[in-house]
Amino acid sequence: MNEIIGLIFIAIGLVFDFFGCLGLVRLPDIYNRLHSSIKCVTLGTSSILLGLLLYKGFSPTGVKALLCIIFLFLTAPVSAHVLARSAHKSGVKLWDKSVCDKYAEDKK
Amino acid sequence: MKTKIILFITAFLVWILLSWSFQPMHLIIGVIVGILVSVTTSDMFVKEPKIFRNTKRYLWLLYYIPVFIWECVKANIDAALRLVHPDLPINPGIVKVKTTLKSDAGLVFLANSLTLKPGTMTVDIDKENGFLYIHWSDVKSQDIEEATRLVVHKFERILKRIFE
Repeated sequence: MNEIIGLIFIAIGLVFDFFGCLGLVRLPDIYNRLHSSIKCVTLGTSSILLGLLLYKGFSPTGVKALLCIIFLFLTAPVSAHVLARSAHKSGVKLWDKSVCDKYAEDKK
Repeated sequence: MKTKIILFITAFLVWILLSWSFQPMHLIIGVIVGILVSVTTSDMFVKEPKIFRNTKRYLWLLYYIPVFIWECVKANIDAALRLVHPDLPINPGIVKVKTTLKSDAGLVFLANSLTLKPGTMTVDIDKENGFLYIHWSDVKSQDIEEATRLVVHKFERILKRIFE
């Protein structure tokens, strides 16, 4: 039973990872692409790891997967923040139809 | 001394989860490495040991985790629906919001939670004045107060009780 639930979680994770990659193709600028890639890939990969935990049970492999989920949730948003900040500092423009850019206004 | 003990317990827990074997040899290696790490680097990680004694903070942390996971799942469904929509309904922009959190750990958790929340991503933090710059993929309000109420308020209320 646990194995079936684990496989379902892995399938859900693969779907979300696919949406993250689709966002890289469809969205217009780096900031929007980071949105889709970080959100979908964090939850998708965590879902795959959770599926592995259910599939393997509390064995050394499964517990390492649990630890990986925690580290992923702590570090993936930091990498998104660093990429967005460095892109903005090195002068990458927002999309033409963006509404406002308070960060650029404050930096002047 | 307190900071060393806290860091030792944390390091030893991570070691047990990583090795997940309870033979004496593994446990002894874990104790030795944990003591080395905590003696050399304790003053870098734990700033205020007294907040670890408060039991209420752990209960609020337990309440925060399901709220956060629910927001994260909502964010993913929201992002996926926007992506498969033929017109690509996004309305992006960088807005400025206020925060009243002061501690480093609180700000890190707030920024991380906002990045995984529906439609928002932290671009920069101005720690001295307490401002966050948020890239919002569907801007509803450019006003600071209104944006703060819509974006930050929900998590800030819980994180304030955990980390402040």
